[in-house]
Amino acid sequence: MDLKELYQEIILDHGKNPRNLRKTENFNKDAKGHNPLCGDKVHIFLKIDENKNISDISFEGSGCAISMASASIMTDLMKEKKEKEVKELVEDFLQMIKESPEMKTKIISENEKTKLMSLSGVKQYPMRVKCATLAWHTLTSAMKNSQEETNTEKFD
Amino acid sequence: MNINNIKKQFPIFNNKVHNNDLVYLDSANSSQKPQMVVDRIYDFYTKEFSNVGRSVHYLAVAATNLYENTRTMMQKYINAKDSNEIVFTKGATEAINLVANTFGQKFLREGDEILLTELEHHSNYVPWHYLRKLKGVKINFAEINNDGEITLESIEKSITPKTKMIAVTHLSNVTGAILPIKEITSLAHSKNIPILIDGCQGAPHLKLDMQDIDCDFYAISCHKMYGPTGLGVLYAKKKWLDALPPYQGGGGMIREVKKEGISFGDLPNKYEAGTMATAQVIAFGESIKFLNQIGIENIEKHESELTKYGEEVLRKNNSVKLVGNPKNKGSVLSFTLDGIHAHDIATILDEDGVAIRAGHHCCQILHDKLGLSATARASLGVYNTKDDLDKLNESINKCKKIFDR
Ligand SMILES: Cc1ncc(COP(=O)(O)O)c(C=O)c1O
Repeated sequence: MDLKELYQEIILDHGKNPRNLRKTENFNKDAKGHNPLCGDKVHIFLKIDENKNISDISFEGSGCAISMASASIMTDLMKEKKEKEVKELVEDFLQMIKESPEMKTKIISENEKTKLMSLSGVKQYPMRVKCATLAWHTLTSAMKNSQEETNTEKFD
Repeated sequence: MNINNIKKQFPIFNNKVHNNDLVYLDSANSSQKPQMVVDRIYDFYTKEFSNVGRSVHYLAVAATNLYENTRTMMQKYINAKDSNEIVFTKGATEAINLVANTFGQKFLREGDEILLTELEHHSNYVPWHYLRKLKGVKINFAEINNDGEITLESIEKSITPKTKMIAVTHLSNVTGAILPIKEITSLAHSKNIPILIDGCQGAPHLKLDMQDIDCDFYAISCHKMYGPTGLGVLYAKKKWLDALPPYQGGGGMIREVKKEGISFGDLPNKYEAGTMATAQVIAFGESIKFLNQIGIENIEKHESELTKYGEEVLRKNNSVKLVGNPKNKGSVLSFTLDGIHAHDIATILDEDGVAIRAGHHCCQILHDKLGLSATARASLGVYNTKDDLDKLNESINKCKKIFDR
């Protein structure tokens, strides 16, 4: 086990200076997520245009370095993505965090995949996997504009 | 008192954690178990097992005697007047639920008030919350001061003519504040209000005397007292156990069961429905022996010296902020680190074999009040040493190194 792998520079950078940590003006979809075990909280805001593209995405919240970095990297990546692509990316990411050694999607560049892979360090820390996935599950709820708070304890 | 000899009695310390010696600083969550407790469970199951209180065969009689023996030991340990005042439960949580449920059923009506404090563990809030819905009672919270303490004045201010029950912690599992429970009890009684004390953090660390404190109910968690999991104790004055209805129904707690009706058994069976945690109760007798062999006064002294030392070490570390500053403090050191979330701290410490807890420690009301989403907590037991606290401090410095890259 290597802590340096978990707390890579990119994670510390995004964790300490999260991108898109704000509230989208005129957002038209949003959802809240909560990890009751650690108290991590995230609120995701989306502006989806008439072509079903994400024209803006942002988040508010607080939490550990892993959860903040995950939300930060995710929101950066999702800008200008289509609804269908979001679904594919979320599924691929969750698959990677849970079991597969890499991401399969062709939607994003190798460079972007490497960024996401930096979060795979949590695989060795089962209690911390939920920190990395909270924002992603919450994004799925936001796409559905679900009023019910996403709660990591409800996932397997 | 030789801590090395005491530590040797805990087999867990023979194991390595991530190739390091275990520095166990999570005893407020649950304590480790001495060999004699572990052995007792093994011996009971391998040589003496039987259910208690039911059959007349040799093993059943012997097991019943052992089970009841722990009840008497516990009575003496906390100086209760009568062994029937000791009720075994599955934990402190169940002990508090038992009181909230039965007291609520019998004595509370709409508009009645229950007084808790902002320090309470969810176990001493959620069971009362049910009565809000069920009975329309109101719950008030006595406020902490800037040092994270609950003073007698704060309780006094919050009592109203409608207060029907006061339920407070003995020792905060976050700030470490030790409440003046004897004074709070006598204040409550002067207004004819019964009082429940959540003694989860008191019982493993402080000398207890129920007759001296004079509280009506005292909830204990055995797994924090070097005992097995799945076991708690409710101390309750006999007059309450006589007056309150049974909590759960089932075998063992009845006298006569007819199609038309049921009469209930005597104490202590009235509150112990079904097959109880027999092996755990019997093994818990060894935990009491273990505590008696060392002497709770010696444990108090050792832990209080360690707590002072820990506070000193952490205060010298500029990036550490201790949570709460109570004058009378138990062996709990909660802290935050500038710019590093508690869960990241706990993961990094774990790599060094340093086991702490991170989160809200089942005290969300308190964390909201303090404006903190999570804190890191190091808590002590009889097996800890100054060396453990130095290692804690070293690992904290490592967190900073990792995060300041
Ligand atoms: C102050 C306090 N109250 C109640 C509890 C719950 O005790 P138990 O685990 O025995 O149900 C705990 C332990 O987590 C505690 O620290």
